[in-house]
Amino acid sequence: MSEDILRMRGITKRFPGVLALSGVALGVKRATIHALVGENGAGKSTLMKVLSGVYAYGDFDGEIEFDGQPAQFKNIRDSEAAGVVIIHQELALVGELSIAENIFLGNERKRGGVISWDRTNAEAARLMQKVGLHDNPATLVEKIGVGKQQLVEIAKALSKDVKLLILDEPTAALNDSDSENLLELLRQLREEGVTSIIISHKLGEVLSVADRITVLRDGQSIETLDTEADAVTEDRLIKSMVGRDLEHLYPPHEPKIGKVFFEINDWSVHHPEQRDRVMVNKASINVARGEIVGLAGLMGAGRTEFAMSVFGRSWGSNISGEATMDGKRLHLRNVPEAIESGLAYATEDRKHYGLHLEYDLRENFTLPGLDRLSTRGVVDQDKVNAVSERLRTEFGVKAPSVYSLAGNLSGGNQQKVVLGKWVFTEPELLILDEPTRGIDVGAKYEIYELIHKLVDQGKGVLMISSELPELLGMCDRIYAMSAGHITGQVDRANATQEELMRLMTLETASGGEEQRQ
Amino acid sequence: MTTVPTKTRPSLLSAVRNINLRAYGMIIALVLIMILFQALNVTLQNENFITPLNITNVILQNSYILILAIGMMLVIVNGHIDLSVGSVLAFCGAMSATALADWDWPWYVAVLFAVALGAAIGVWQGFWIAYVRIPAFIVTLAGMLIFRGLTLKVLDAETKGTTGTFNELASGYQFMGVDLRVPTLVVGIAGAALFVFFSVRSRTRQVKAGIAASSQTTWLIKTAAIAAVMLAAAYTFYSYKGLPIIGWILLGLVLLFTFIANRTVFGRHVYAGGGNEKAAMLSGVKVKQTTFWVFVIMGALSGLAGVIVTARLHAATPGAGNAFELDAIAASFIGGASVTGGVGTIIGAVIGGLVMGVLRQGMQVLGIATDTVQIILGLVVLAAVLFDVWNKKRATGGGLMPPIVGTTPGGSGGAKAKAKEGIDKEPTRAGTLSATTDDKPIS
Repeated sequence: MSEDILRMRGITKRFPGVLALSGVALGVKRATIHALVGENGAGKSTLMKVLSGVYAYGDFDGEIEFDGQPAQFKNIRDSEAAGVVIIHQELALVGELSIAENIFLGNERKRGGVISWDRTNAEAARLMQKVGLHDNPATLVEKIGVGKQQLVEIAKALSKDVKLLILDEPTAALNDSDSENLLELLRQLREEGVTSIIISHKLGEVLSVADRITVLRDGQSIETLDTEADAVTEDRLIKSMVGRDLEHLYPPHEPKIGKVFFEINDWSVHHPEQRDRVMVNKASINVARGEIVGLAGLMGAGRTEFAMSVFGRSWGSNISGEATMDGKRLHLRNVPEAIESGLAYATEDRKHYGLHLEYDLRENFTLPGLDRLSTRGVVDQDKVNAVSERLRTEFGVKAPSVYSLAGNLSGGNQQKVVLGKWVFTEPELLILDEPTRGIDVGAKYEIYELIHKLVDQGKGVLMISSELPELLGMCDRIYAMSAGHITGQVDRANATQEELMRLMTLETASGGEEQRQ
Repeated sequence: MTTVPTKTRPSLLSAVRNINLRAYGMIIALVLIMILFQALNVTLQNENFITPLNITNVILQNSYILILAIGMMLVIVNGHIDLSVGSVLAFCGAMSATALADWDWPWYVAVLFAVALGAAIGVWQGFWIAYVRIPAFIVTLAGMLIFRGLTLKVLDAETKGTTGTFNELASGYQFMGVDLRVPTLVVGIAGAALFVFFSVRSRTRQVKAGIAASSQTTWLIKTAAIAAVMLAAAYTFYSYKGLPIIGWILLGLVLLFTFIANRTVFGRHVYAGGGNEKAAMLSGVKVKQTTFWVFVIMGALSGLAGVIVTARLHAATPGAGNAFELDAIAASFIGGASVTGGVGTIIGAVIGGLVMGVLRQGMQVLGIATDTVQIILGLVVLAAVLFDVWNKKRATGGGLMPPIVGTTPGGSGGAKAKAKEGIDKEPTRAGTLSATTDDKPIS
């Protein structure tokens, strides 16, 4: 057996008008964790699709050698038969089916065409044990969190006797502890001889888990680094990814913080279906003009629920508490009232909740502010065009024109459109929920600059993020949330990851009667 | 992954290629179908198909389907469906005939009464759909039964005749004694001139703002073609008896609803809510209210269609409007509505209805049996949706975003999200439903 389980040479893949991959080489050593990094559009996902047979052999140039054999996969079935399993960023699970069924979906445990439920559940339990998932195999997948769903995907891969596991952004939607679990599982699988390729934007995580790292840029393989032999740092990787020096990850900014203008007091929210379940418990926060306030918390802490309930009760039930702006009490019974009151909420899930992917930029930019562009209910199309063009240039959206469909933009540019559409409503307070999720380093920097520009105009920003370094790098003050409670706040000077993590994991009495802070 | 559309070259070929197929494909198809029938008729029967009489007949025979299709398009764009329109039409028609014959109401009051009644039914159905969030499929399926039953009750399972000006609405060529031939020609010419004027104005503004939507050549071809069609249509109707009254009503409705759909906040909200309900809601769109009004409009249009059907038959019958909902839905899909909502145009719905009408008329003239006609129409509906799917792939860059396992063709995340929400929103997609139920364990 050769040392390399995978050798890809001279991989070139063309799309109409675009050269997605150009002579890419990738060698992966057996029983290692190999990371693939690069900006969005660098060709990472395309390369993995080539490898896993999503693009049939012959659709691309170059050769692949897997496990000592030349590989000519025509489809995913072929590659899975050889032991290559890819787990996409958007999980391919059916929420309405149980964990066990999902594990064996398309690969059912059956006897003579009839599903054997005993075998299905028993074997699923064994695989779940292996990935550290301690639920009932009959639990529906929609009832478990994203972190656990990710584990189901891995169990599914293991059920197919995987030799090479490919994970596309596996931790993008996970909180820190779930991410750590997953990475630990990969290390454990490595001990058992499973090779993994992991695509990730989170460089810290890449450095901690990967044995070797290959950097892709503009469809070319730039270099492959060995994390043990070479002295690899985040800066080193970023430099290689963007092809230029990035002085800092966060643009320099001199905060001009004014008076506190937005306050929320004793805000409580219940779950929309399980109405006796308290999701946010007497939370109180405030934001000053020109200030970027962070909201840290683990997944399930209630950050998004809090933000959405404030934004016109778009989430939750039985909402109580008081919100004031410049001392005046706000009425936030629905989203139009929230927008009217000067609030804006840019969602964490821009593809599903933030944008109309099938519509062009004009429709997306002007939807929340359509009333400003119309008289007596009739829209002024010329104004729509002019405003969209202005926002496109102002926010540096890289799209051929305002007629481009939002769905055809990269993640970073989509996020700029989301920011643009909210800035057009001239809000006083912008709530940004995971504003840089799934965005590459270069685009992140541009988003940060846009955020700075907003606060420099005297607006307030409430920023929710799962990435602590981002909060530390951007925010003037950070609130921590745990199990629906605001457990504390730290200002820029005193903020450390450790302190935040302590507050985020602070045990709070779940009864709700207990005080906060 | 970024899709980089190729640069447009200002040649005639690329101009033709860049024409939005979704928007104009069906117009082209309609023209091709007419030419096909013309050729078949000339060779087989040695007579013309494209005659003023035949064209007028297509309008007269399909007017009520076209009226329903306009409303249905709004409903489908908003992400719903309405199965009750045939029954609502029958009930409103029956009530207008009763008002006319039994209560001796003037014809215009009877017409307004039917429209208002339809709107009231829309209020009833819209309430359940928009505010109680019962799927439109269920609410309107119930409505289909309820209003058919009410029709039978009102008419006592008998036919109720209508007389006078009321009947003229569906087939008359003179309105209050005014002959409509000359107005047809005048409005046709004036309309074409106005169209060219507005097209030039909007083009100039776009160019000025530096955001021209299409190349100069594409725009020229488009404007010239539409103006030519308008003139040709006006002349065709003029050379027979002029545009019939119902033609004027239709023209008015198309203009009104195209304006509503494209140029009003309400119209844009109908699209936004259907395209991505969650995103629309978070953008401050009053999704529920919008849906409610869409069904009120659909109800009112069903009421109007009821008047037209009654007037055309000179009587209200218990079986009127049977299966019309299917024709209206088919017209919308042929006309480019997207199965997942959010996409479609009013003019598209009308073109879709006309494609069906011309096919029916053409095959009838050729002496093809009704059973065969049904089969062919069925295949056309399938082909139209297939075309839509193919076209969507093409628009999103075809090979650039290939389907990954588990996502829909076209590969956009939004489509996947929709499929997930599909069950509470659109139970019409039997595929989604059966796919999940089949795999359910017995436990």
